[in-house]
Amino acid sequence: MTESTYRIQGATGEWEVVIGLEVHAQVTSQAKLFSGAATAFGAEPNTQVSLVDAAMPGMLPVPNRECIRQAVRTGMAIDAQINKWSRFDRKNYFYADLPQGYQISQLYHPLVGEGQIEITLDEKNPDSSTKVIGIERIHVEQDAGKLMHDQHPTRSYVDLNRSGVALMEIVSKPDMRSPAEAGAYLSKLRTILRYVGSCDGNMDQGSMRADVNVSVRKPGEAFGTRTETKNVNSVRFVMAVVEHEASRQVDVLEAGGKVVQETRLYDPDRNETRSMRSKEDAHDYRYFPDPDLLPLDLDDAFLEECRQSLPELPDAKRSRYEKDLGLSAYNAATLTADADTARWFEALLAEGARIQKKSEGEVAKASANWLLSELYGALNRLGKSLEDSPVGPEEGAELLALVADGTISGTIAKQVFEIMLETGGRAPQIVEEKGLRQTSDTGAIEAAVAKVLAENGDKVEQYRAGKEALFGFFVGQTMKAMQGKANPQVVNELIKKALS
Amino acid sequence: MSNLTDLTVAEIRDGFRAGDFSAREVAQAFNANVAAAKALNAFIVETPERALEAADAADRAKAAGEAPKPLSGVPIGMKDLFCTEGVQTTAASHMLEGFTPTYESTVSKKLWDAGAGMLGKLNLDQFAMGSSNETSYFGNVISPWRRGSGDNAALAPGGSSGGSSAAISARLCPAATGTDTGGSIRQPAAFTGISGIKPTYGRCSRWGIVAFASSLDQAGPMARTVRDNAILLETMSGFDPKDSTSLDLAVPQWEANLSSDLRGKKVGIPKEYRPDGLNAEISAMWDRGIEWLKDAGAEVVEVSLPHTKYALPTYYIIAPAEASSNLARYDGVRYGQRDLPDGAGLQDMYAATRAAGFGPEVKRRIMIGTYVLSAGFYDAYYTQAQKVRALISRDFDLAFEKCDLLLTPTAPSASFALGEKQADPLAMYLNDVFTVPASLAGLPAMAVPGGLDAQGLPLGLQIIGKALDEQTVLNAGLAIEERAGFTARPDKWW
Repeated sequence: MTESTYRIQGATGEWEVVIGLEVHAQVTSQAKLFSGAATAFGAEPNTQVSLVDAAMPGMLPVPNRECIRQAVRTGMAIDAQINKWSRFDRKNYFYADLPQGYQISQLYHPLVGEGQIEITLDEKNPDSSTKVIGIERIHVEQDAGKLMHDQHPTRSYVDLNRSGVALMEIVSKPDMRSPAEAGAYLSKLRTILRYVGSCDGNMDQGSMRADVNVSVRKPGEAFGTRTETKNVNSVRFVMAVVEHEASRQVDVLEAGGKVVQETRLYDPDRNETRSMRSKEDAHDYRYFPDPDLLPLDLDDAFLEECRQSLPELPDAKRSRYEKDLGLSAYNAATLTADADTARWFEALLAEGARIQKKSEGEVAKASANWLLSELYGALNRLGKSLEDSPVGPEEGAELLALVADGTISGTIAKQVFEIMLETGGRAPQIVEEKGLRQTSDTGAIEAAVAKVLAENGDKVEQYRAGKEALFGFFVGQTMKAMQGKANPQVVNELIKKALS
Repeated sequence: MSNLTDLTVAEIRDGFRAGDFSAREVAQAFNANVAAAKALNAFIVETPERALEAADAADRAKAAGEAPKPLSGVPIGMKDLFCTEGVQTTAASHMLEGFTPTYESTVSKKLWDAGAGMLGKLNLDQFAMGSSNETSYFGNVISPWRRGSGDNAALAPGGSSGGSSAAISARLCPAATGTDTGGSIRQPAAFTGISGIKPTYGRCSRWGIVAFASSLDQAGPMARTVRDNAILLETMSGFDPKDSTSLDLAVPQWEANLSSDLRGKKVGIPKEYRPDGLNAEISAMWDRGIEWLKDAGAEVVEVSLPHTKYALPTYYIIAPAEASSNLARYDGVRYGQRDLPDGAGLQDMYAATRAAGFGPEVKRRIMIGTYVLSAGFYDAYYTQAQKVRALISRDFDLAFEKCDLLLTPTAPSASFALGEKQADPLAMYLNDVFTVPASLAGLPAMAVPGGLDAQGLPLGLQIIGKALDEQTVLNAGLAIEERAGFTARPDKWW
């Protein structure tokens, strides 16, 4: 762990930035936090609204066990204290998108207490320094609805589809010191949530958004006054907000002014933050325990089930890929950065080991290299993601098995892969149909080698005179003569023998 | 046929089963009484067709040889705090005037499913806030009782379930639902010479009842006899997964286990309920009640509930705090009243809607509740009140180590004249002094008639039981009922 050296150069010297993030993550669940209504994104307005969500008279909230379970699992994934006893509070304020006139949240006794997340500033650089960011708490709460101002010239419309959807508010400590750290934290948090399956992490659909708290100080001094920029919805924007807001604050302070504690909004088009409201007109939310709900009292069996259901988490996975599978730090980091990639890779690995009757460790390197270079290259070219890849893990494993057992060479494998992408065919059939099986027939190869050496007498002389680099040339020519179908190992041996 | 409306729920049920009369005859008789009693203003909406519908269904089922349901043939009144599908539900407020729910409250649904029919939606204090029924937007209910002095002053039927109490004592319905937050079943029952029980908090589902104060609100029956209360409570109670505070317990057979034999039971008399200056007639009735319970075999012991004097202030912090939040949903956005002045913005709409939609007492409680929850005052009021509430509960726990039930007066006075206390909210709040402690502790408590005062007005006795021990409360109520011989009824003037 190293201290950040990120500094803003002001007229009066260097300034340090202090950052804390409050991340709202929508809990993956079929139903809302306190009602049975559905939660799918993109539905027609007001089609996913129960009587409870619309706050009809006499309606009561009933906690959705699955939402609680997901928040507990998330807490466990960040090594946090799980509070077996927690309680819901009402946050009271009036707004047209808030039917109850209060949001059910957890102020006094949150479900999850202190935890931590380790970030790496450059995930792909094994030498990059790591830093532990503290998590203050995670609590669960209801989302509000959405106001639509563009449907009518003088009226606003309300869509309550999101009203009552479960959110986790994940509050970090003010432990970040640079835009890069804030970005790395948010990326890592997103990775963990997607691994756990408690949030889909789709920031463009609003499933995850961050309130960014920023203050500046002279290094070593006490914390300065902070501002909170609301609802920032991408890693890039979070970094931009920190950068912009920190230099704005430095300018204010160096001009002899004071930073006002206030809520601000980020405008991505103009890349600036604007004041929304100051502390003076802040709401008095009149928090108090929700009398419609009993405290949450979690038993050991429930917690144990949550723990058992946790998948292997990214840090553990990355270290296993390095230690047990022998992958490079770079490959291990890349493959584990996203739950879907790791899942795909492990399917490829399992299938490869099964077909080749080898251990996963024995097929890991070739699988990783193929996925990260061949498959990723192809997907990039096609503008597709792993999710809609035309070639699945099973098909990939078949292809790699043909290389591993010497049926085809690496060069031929590239051709076969191209055909698979185009036709959706499977590697063994393509190799058979196109006659691409490589040969280990020493007679045929010997003949080819003899022909190549005879045609290149001058080069043979040079080689024998010590220009050993020409060995590759003979191999290439022989392979070319064999139309790429010769077993390269056999070719190597036979050329060596012929030249000795 | 006119005497059908003098029958109790048990008598109607049994007479219908025996074939003494049809369900339709019963419904018609009560519908006629309801229609003839407009002067009492007990109903906000009358639903004679619903009563007939249920009666006809009961008669048809009987003719087809089907087994009767628990309340087949029995029409009842429904307090207009229960949401009823297809029938306007207002909580006696202008805010919800014209609001017709698309859903049925759990308690009312249980009653209809048990065969009961609805005579109409009964008037109440607005959002159940009041002790005299004077806060109703639809005009106050007038008690059928009048003072013997012949002054003909219009009297309060009690509140908030004043429509229920007036309708039952005037024979407009044999029974009705009530809700009790701080005494809203018990005090009106006492004022009108009937019985009513607030069960243990969590016995009856709150789902579909317009909320006043969630941690205190509890539905319960009101009727002329203890047995009728037992019958109705059995139907109204039961676990409801839609209410997180509902108790997941089987419903006891209260009616079958009714017994006025109190041998082996100890009755606690809390000394704090007999302050200096307690009305002498109330005090004397209480003494008679003690003797009746002794006569039924119970042993009487004095107990102490030392934090009683803090109950009223505690209640008037907690109930308004919860109400201020529960009533925030009435904002003019989705249903009910909306007042949108020309060119108004959202805040203006809130202000106009809530100014017009809520009456003065509701506004007063919203303001008190908002104040006690606000930053800087929360700990001094709300947190402190919660601590005192715990102490009040502990008082009862300690008292119940020495006894099985408590006997107290229900209210500090008989019914008062309408308008008499309206100008002084504190005097009005004092009406709840004996009922509020059991509400804060969530305990079952019942009012039964104890006799008449010198003016000829009913006085009520209150029995408070241990949590979940409604049976002992009902049994003690039955013992009093048998001995009090309360047969007085208001002379018909309406």
